[in-house]
Parts: sequence; structure tokens; C-alpha cells
Amino acid sequence: MKKLNSLAIGLALITFAAGWYLGGSNDALTITSSAGGKSYAGGYVNEQATEAASSRAVKLRTTEGKTHVVNPGDLIQAAVELAVPGDTIQVMPGTYSETVYIDKDDIHLRGVIVEGERATLDGLKTLNDAILYSGNNIIIENFKIIDYKGNGIMSQAGNNFEIRNNLIIDTGIYGIFPQLGKNGLIEHNVVSGIADAAIYVGMSDNIHVAYNEVFDSVAGIEIENSRHAIVEHNHTHHNTGGILAFITPGLPVKDTYDVIIRNNFIMDNNTPNFGAPGSTVAGIPAGTGILIMAADDVVVEGNIISNNKTAGILITDHGNADNLTLDPESDPNADGAMILDNVMLNNGYDTIDAVRAFALTELHTGDIDIFQIGPTEGSCIINRHRYKTVGIGDFTDCDFTNTDDIDNYLLAGGAQPRVIHPSERGEIAYLGVCTGCHAYAGRLIGPSVEEIQALYANRPEALVQYINAPTPMRADYPEMPAQNYLDAETQLAVANYILQVGN
Amino acid sequence: MGKALFYNCQNGAWISAWGFLCAGLLSMSSTFATEPDIQLRDTCPPSFSLSDDNRCSLRHMYQLYDSLQDSGIGGLKTALPKARDGFSPQQIDLGRLLFFDPILSADNSLSCATCHNPKQGFSDAMDRSVGINGHVQNRSAPTLWNSAFLSSFFWDARAQSLEEQALGPLFSANEMGNTPEQLVASLNSAVVYKRLFKLAFPNQKTALSVNNVITSLTAFQSSLVSLNSRYDQYAHGYHQALNDNEIAGLNVFRSFVARCSQCHTPPLFTNQQVAVIGTPEPEGLARDVGAEKTFNSKVLRGGFKVPTLRNIAQTAPYMHSGRFKTLREAAEFYTGGRGHAVPKGEDLLLHWHISEPNLTSNEIDQLVDFMKTLSDESFTPATPKQAPSGLPFKHMENAHEKT
Repeated sequence: MKKLNSLAIGLALITFAAGWYLGGSNDALTITSSAGGKSYAGGYVNEQATEAASSRAVKLRTTEGKTHVVNPGDLIQAAVELAVPGDTIQVMPGTYSETVYIDKDDIHLRGVIVEGERATLDGLKTLNDAILYSGNNIIIENFKIIDYKGNGIMSQAGNNFEIRNNLIIDTGIYGIFPQLGKNGLIEHNVVSGIADAAIYVGMSDNIHVAYNEVFDSVAGIEIENSRHAIVEHNHTHHNTGGILAFITPGLPVKDTYDVIIRNNFIMDNNTPNFGAPGSTVAGIPAGTGILIMAADDVVVEGNIISNNKTAGILITDHGNADNLTLDPESDPNADGAMILDNVMLNNGYDTIDAVRAFALTELHTGDIDIFQIGPTEGSCIINRHRYKTVGIGDFTDCDFTNTDDIDNYLLAGGAQPRVIHPSERGEIAYLGVCTGCHAYAGRLIGPSVEEIQALYANRPEALVQYINAPTPMRADYPEMPAQNYLDAETQLAVANYILQVGN
Repeated sequence: MGKALFYNCQNGAWISAWGFLCAGLLSMSSTFATEPDIQLRDTCPPSFSLSDDNRCSLRHMYQLYDSLQDSGIGGLKTALPKARDGFSPQQIDLGRLLFFDPILSADNSLSCATCHNPKQGFSDAMDRSVGINGHVQNRSAPTLWNSAFLSSFFWDARAQSLEEQALGPLFSANEMGNTPEQLVASLNSAVVYKRLFKLAFPNQKTALSVNNVITSLTAFQSSLVSLNSRYDQYAHGYHQALNDNEIAGLNVFRSFVARCSQCHTPPLFTNQQVAVIGTPEPEGLARDVGAEKTFNSKVLRGGFKVPTLRNIAQTAPYMHSGRFKTLREAAEFYTGGRGHAVPKGEDLLLHWHISEPNLTSNEIDQLVDFMKTLSDESFTPATPKQAPSGLPFKHMENAHEKT
């Protein structure tokens, strides 16, 4: 990120010097063509670059597991409990009122749409969330979700996910909210009537948000404390703010950078702010097309941004934003904003006082397409003459004109789980669990490892059988609790480990 | 497993592991005429692996997983933050002896364990702890469980390491009231310590030093690991570990109505940030400014470090000044409405997740049920049978009824 900034600054200085040398203000405007030209290089080096960029976040299955069909009157959760990784759950059209939670890997949860009729999750304004998950390789698609109080679809730590073709209406705080995950695709969803963000990507990496329609919400699409995200081909209209990339201070992941916002329709986002008091979005002025707050290296390209009354693009540091907490670990400035060609029409026509007052310091009155306030470094723009701007005097001319070289930031092959060698797994389980009761030599709570080794030499399977369903073997020892909560792989690994461990 | 187990010499457990000669110790009086035969163990505590260079490194089940940006926060199968480890078995064991020995306080009236009692979740069951000469502290004693994973210490986040933290109570006039000089002098006068420090710090010319007291206490605290609760069994994939009510509680906990998990984020159940939540102070007590002082910032007025919820059922009462007697009262606070307990005229920038969840009474019960699944004291270290100084222990009489 730093390198990218200094490169941009360096090249910009050269451009500026050449311009100054070549002449005065009477020359024809320099018009930069965004066709051809150099592409933005992107802020992400894909370690798996040998494979072609993927348009999916969840790898295609080589073998399909079981398909569980859920009919109206059944509980979706009952099918989730039966499902094992690799399975698919098909939910037939009808109404289901429950909170579905998936704490497993590799489950595909699919609504079935029949002649336009969807599987509908109805929270009845009493249930908290529609779908929660914490697992990798999850697909959730084709649902209609209405009237929940919390979130439509929320994850806490799930890598490789696809959330697709869901219709989410009036579900409380967030429509779609993946958090603390890597490599995710959110596409073709229609989300409306959300009191915070229709689509909220929080503390996540390598995310693609595309072809969604979001409206009648406070924030349309939010990229918060996240990196390597692309937001493209979305239609965000009639929200308070259309698309946001920012840092919320006080969160455990501290930065947002490398975000591309391109080819979106961002229109009429003038809905009065109905965010909850104290929420971060409660401070967004109605009429904000794009908001960049403290985020670094955000590219804005090819969007149609129209009829947003405060500003088409509003860029600010933390210092000029209200009601934020202090976080010495977060950089408060929005550095490296990169504005390429966009179509901007009729923005900032009825802006807020603070913006108007700052504009006046630059003797600017009237509409505002682009508004920037606060310290910024390494920011650039092309064809600045097209727009009504405030505060971009420090912006240089970008040395690239498009982002054509970057399809997406999804990881070909997906984010990989930690590779654990069986002996490492065995050691971890032995020390992390068993040593509370078993010492190598001598009795602790249970018998010594030496005794166990003598009893089960060369018979790890028998040891696995015993720890799954222990039976009392020594009258003067407390009964061993079953270790059946460890998965089969870990049980065998720990049995093998115990039988060979020395002191 | 899953049950609080306290073993000492008398029931036979730990003897070999901790190297004590119980029979000899049991017959000792409170002061030693001759040097007691106390040894330091040469094996690591449970959950640690001993390396060839005599260091203990932590092993736990969450090392099977990753976390985003190595942040150590996430969901069920997520890595923990990097832990402090790498101390020798002897340093950890010396730390344990020091931890329980009242010789660390100026008048021998308190040990670390007085306020961080293993029988009370390494806290003291009091709303605000009592230091030397009956000094009532401003805040409650936080648990020491899993402090190896923390990056800041004290309620107001003013210390950045366990070492820096340990200096606080030792030399605070209101807590243990000691001075570096007196500490070293009194440890030197208890003959056994000279030998023990030499064992724990064999390559140092002056092994008995304030620095090494601090290192030993840090080593011991970093061994207090609790990661084998029933919740953990669920997290690793065994869903039968929790009953329906507890799972319902987990879902309330992570729902975006209650939002508990946004700050008490698994797997440590804290995101280690400072949050201003606006809990009431005990009656008659002025507002504790908390992290406002640490960061010299008005916006953090009344802000405190988000505490871990692991073993939370063991550490009533709750919040920085122990205002809430039960877990249920503490959970109920969050559904009372944003700022409902902030007095008029008090200007607090409340955390954005303090909202109006309107939880039902049943949901609050479920939350409490869920939090109780975070208990695990299976690696509780043994209390020494006798303090090396020969002084009587000072953490037994403090065993208040749990609320």
C-alpha cells in the first residue's frame, strides 16, 4: 500500500512538472482517454496466481453429498443437523419461521424457486436473525427473507462463501453481513428496508459484491475494516448513502484498503437517515453517493452517480466525522483515493451546512460532485475538469486510467485451511486436552501415560474406542469423561501420539 | 473434565508433577527453623510442551485453525491471538510459589491470590477488591484466566504487558504496598527463595531481583489456560456438548439483536478493545473515568477494556466496580436501553453496539445458560501446601459466598 502511494506521488510530480513546463492555462484541456491506457495494478498479490482467477468463491464439488429436501411444515434446522459436509439442503417454496444456524463446513443451503414462489424465511418481527453461520465453503441462495429483527444472513468467521439471489426485505440491522471471513462472493441479491446497511462486509478480505440491487436502507453497500474488495455492477438507490468504504475505529481489525468501486448505478440516495442513534451510519448525511472515510487506496471508476443531494463522492478523514471513538491504532486519513472516469450528474444540489461552509472556503458555490476534506496523501484523479469539485487541490493526475487488469480479488482455489500434520494434531490434542489428567510418569488424576502405553501398545484403534466410551477400570480412580467430542481424525492422531510420546 | 477440580498434596494428585514432598510439608509450622525442602518442578504445566532448551510452549486445540489477519478473533473454528509463552518450568513454578506467598506485600497481609483466588475464578468475589490496610480499591479484580492471550491489561488498558501489569499492584500504596527494596530484602531473608531464584534463573549473577519476581509471576500467569469448556467442544464440532437452551443462548449471543459477540468475540470472548457502555457505578461512588485517563481522551470517558467471558460464571459480581451481583443482572443491563443508566449531566460517547435489543426474559435466561458453558477450570494449578516464606496464606479467609 505504502509502495503504491509513493509510486503514484512520484509519477504525479513528473506529470505536474511537465505540465508546468509546457505551458499556461490557455491551452486545450488535457483529456485522458480511459480506453486502452494503463490499468491500476491492484493492491493484492494473489499467491495462487498460477490458477486462473475464479468467478466463484466456493470450489465446485467433485462429488456431491446427500441432498436433504425440506418442505413447508418441516424445520430447515432439522435438515442442517442431519447434514454433513458435502451435503446440500433444498428448501421448497413456502413459509418458514425459524433461525437457521450452520456451524459446519461445506453445506449448500438452497431455496427452490418454483414459478416465482420462493422459500420464505419470515421472522414475524419477533425472531432475531434468519441465517447464521460459522463455517467454511457455505452457499446460501434463492431465499426470501422478511421481518427479522437482527440480520438476514450473517456469518462470523467463514472462508469461501457465496450469498446469491436472495430477496431480503425489512430485516432489521443488516441484510447480508459476512464478518471475519476471507474469499466471499455476494451477488444478485435484492435487499431493501434495512436500518443500517443492506450489504455490510465487515473485517473481511478478498470480497466481491456484484449485481445487487439495494434500496430504501440507510447504507446501501458498506466495506468496513476490510481489504481487497470489489464492488461492481450494483444498483444502489434511495438509500441515505449509496456505497461506503471506511474504517470504524475501535474494532480489532484496524484498516480498510484496496477497494474498487466500479460500474455501479448510484442514484437518488436521499432517504432521511433512520439509523439507530449511536450507530456509525447514523452520521451519514442523506444524499451521499459514495462515502470514503479513512479508507486507503479506493478506486472509483465507471459509476453513474446521479441525484445525490449532499455529494456524489464524499471523502473524509476521521477528524471531520462526528461521534467516532479514539483508536490510536487506526490511521484516520483517507489516503490514495483514485477517481477515474465516472458519469456524475446533479449531485450536491442541496448539501449539508458543514460541506457548504467548507466549499465556501474555496469560493465554491452550487452543486458538488466530489468533496474531499481532511489530510490526504497519494490521491489522484483523471479528467478532473468534468466535475464540480471541492477539496481535491492536492490530488495529482492518476498515472493509470482504468482497472481492466483486475477481474476480481477472489482466490482461485479458495482460502485454504491450516495444514496440520497428524503428529502435530496429536500433540496439540494430547497437550491441550489430555495433560490436564494424565502425566507421563506417575498418577495425576488418571493413570500415567506410561501405563497407557503398556496397555495399548500398537493398538491405537483400541485406545480410540476406549476414550470414546470409557469404562471404569480402576476402583480408586475417578471415572474418565468420554472424549467423543473430538473428531475421528483427532482421536486417532492423539491415540497414535500418546502411544509413542516420551516423557 | 469440565468440572472444577482442585488437587493438592493431601489427596495425592500433582505430587509427582509438582515435585513436592507433601509429608514433610504437612508437618511444618508457619515459620521455618531450617530451610524447607521445596523443589521447583522440571516439567511444564498441562497444555505446554517442553523444548530441548527448557522452555514451555503452549499447545491448544485452537492451533488447528487460522484467523483473519492473525487477529485471533472470529467464530467457532478460529485461531486465538498469539500467547505469551516460552518460560522455563522452574520459572513458572517459582511464579506459582510467589503468587500465593504473602511475603510479596509490605506487611505480609496479602498475596496475589488474595484478590486472584483460584477458587474464585482467579478473582475475589468482591465488588471492589480490598488492598493493604483495608484500602478499598476503585475496581474489581479481573480474572487471570487466559491472560497469556491479552495485549493490554487493567480495566483501563493502561499496561501493555503482564510484566508492566505486575508492577502495578506490587508497588501501589493501596494494594500490596511494597517497595522494590523491601521486596528484595524480605525475599532474601526467607532463605529458601535465594536457592529457588537460582534454580529458575541459573545463568544470572543476581538471580533474586525485582525483574525476576516479575518474570516469574508473568510465567505463572501465562500458564493459566482455560480452553476446554463445553462451549469449546461445540466449537470443535461436537454439537451435543450443548443442550438446546444453551445453543439458543449462543444464537442470541451472536445475533445482531443482542450483539454480544461483536465485542465478546470468540474464541477468547473479548475483542480486546476499549468500550464505553455506561454501566452504573455503585451508589455513592463517582463516575470512574476509565480509559479517558489512559488515552487522555474525552471520548473514552467511562471506557473499559472488554473482559473475556471465559469462566465468567466463576467471577461474580460483574463490571468494573462490581455493580451487578449476578450474570443475569449483567446481561439484563444491555437490554435496559441505550444510556439508561447514565446519570443526567454525564456526557458519554456510548459504544455503537449499545442499542435497544428488547430481549425477552427467556432470551436473557438463555444468554446466562450459554455463558455458563464457557467454564473450564481443568488446568487449575495446585495451591502450594505451604508458602516458601513460611507465612500463613492470605487467600483462604477471603472465600466469600458466590452470588
